[in-house]
Amino acid sequence: MHNVKHHLTDSLLMAYSAGTLPEAFNLIVAAHISMCDECRARAASFDSVGGALLEDTDMVDMEDGSFAETMRLITSGALAPIPAPICTAARGSVLPAPVRDYVGGDLEKVKWQSIGMGVKQSILPTSKDASIRLLYIPAGTAVPDHGHRGMELTLVLQGAFVDETDRFGPGDIEIADEELNHTPIADIGEDCICLAATDAPLRFNKLIPRIAQPFFRI
Amino acid sequence: MKTKYDPTDWISHMTRIRDAQDQAAFAELFQYFAPRVKAFLMRSGADATLAEECTQEVMATLWQKAHLFDASRASVATWVFTIARNRKIDALRKQRRPEPEDLVWGPEEEPDQADILSLQQESEQLGRAIAALPEKQRDLIEKAYFGDLSHSEIAEQTGLPLGTIKSRIRLALDRLRHAMK
Repeated sequence: MHNVKHHLTDSLLMAYSAGTLPEAFNLIVAAHISMCDECRARAASFDSVGGALLEDTDMVDMEDGSFAETMRLITSGALAPIPAPICTAARGSVLPAPVRDYVGGDLEKVKWQSIGMGVKQSILPTSKDASIRLLYIPAGTAVPDHGHRGMELTLVLQGAFVDETDRFGPGDIEIADEELNHTPIADIGEDCICLAATDAPLRFNKLIPRIAQPFFRI
Repeated sequence: MKTKYDPTDWISHMTRIRDAQDQAAFAELFQYFAPRVKAFLMRSGADATLAEECTQEVMATLWQKAHLFDASRASVATWVFTIARNRKIDALRKQRRPEPEDLVWGPEEEPDQADILSLQQESEQLGRAIAALPEKQRDLIEKAYFGDLSHSEIAEQTGLPLGTIKSRIRLALDRLRHAMK
């Protein structure tokens, strides 16, 4: 497990547990939880709230023959088989299991697209209400100073980055809102790989990246 | 009428399903949980037909995944909730639900009985604490779980007493991590 210092917020964990987040946010929350047992336990405690509400909710009668129908569902083999659990930590993968699902494998399967200054990105396919991408930032490189219209979550998978607020290492998640204008710089020690999710397009404060923005879909 | 029951007994039902494919135990779980899952799905926006169909799938999944249930980390009600929640995202919101990496006990190890007991007690206490919340606050939490609030509308301070149950689950995770080594 990683020595995580920057965690998810209660409101994100509650929404993850309730199942109301956009798919891109669900993915980054699942990725962080894969790397952080503290947030795994917090998420499970929010699930317990759901369990308590379920027990206390009103009831709606099932149809006649519903139980027999369910037994038929079980014995007919119509249910999708359960995938075998994957423990990426044991395999030494960089990408946590839920991200590997979207990529179709580990880092070697990522289709990178250059966005200048050695920085590369790969947009993962999710529902349109938010977007998520992998970012590759060479050691010591700065990502242009940018603000956010909505919320942006950035999870470090490898290496580290530093910005005006703090240093973020593997497993750390930065939660940026409209107030934060920052220039993340990848740590000098190692190239940095991040997962970044946002519910609005990023806006860059320098001219050229702003022109490039619609083209690169970031 | 809400029937009283012993939550540790639901765990033995799960064990009977897991070890002996016990249909009688499953029928009792079904009778208790299916109408609640159906109500949850209908409050989340499903019509009666879709809710009925999804509830049957949720209950079938509970049978199918009985071996993955870990009573040191969740009550049976919580576990049913997570399956129903996932079905809701899939069938109602038409989205994938990325899940964290699984952590499961190996064939030789089982969770500690004391961990199971204290987690179940914490779950009951949490249920009582939620029932005792002021109406306005309880209403907000229900809205968050039934899908009427977006994540940005959920207050950062929920006022929910989750510290103790979180610590219990954390302890169980630490033991599991140790066993996985």
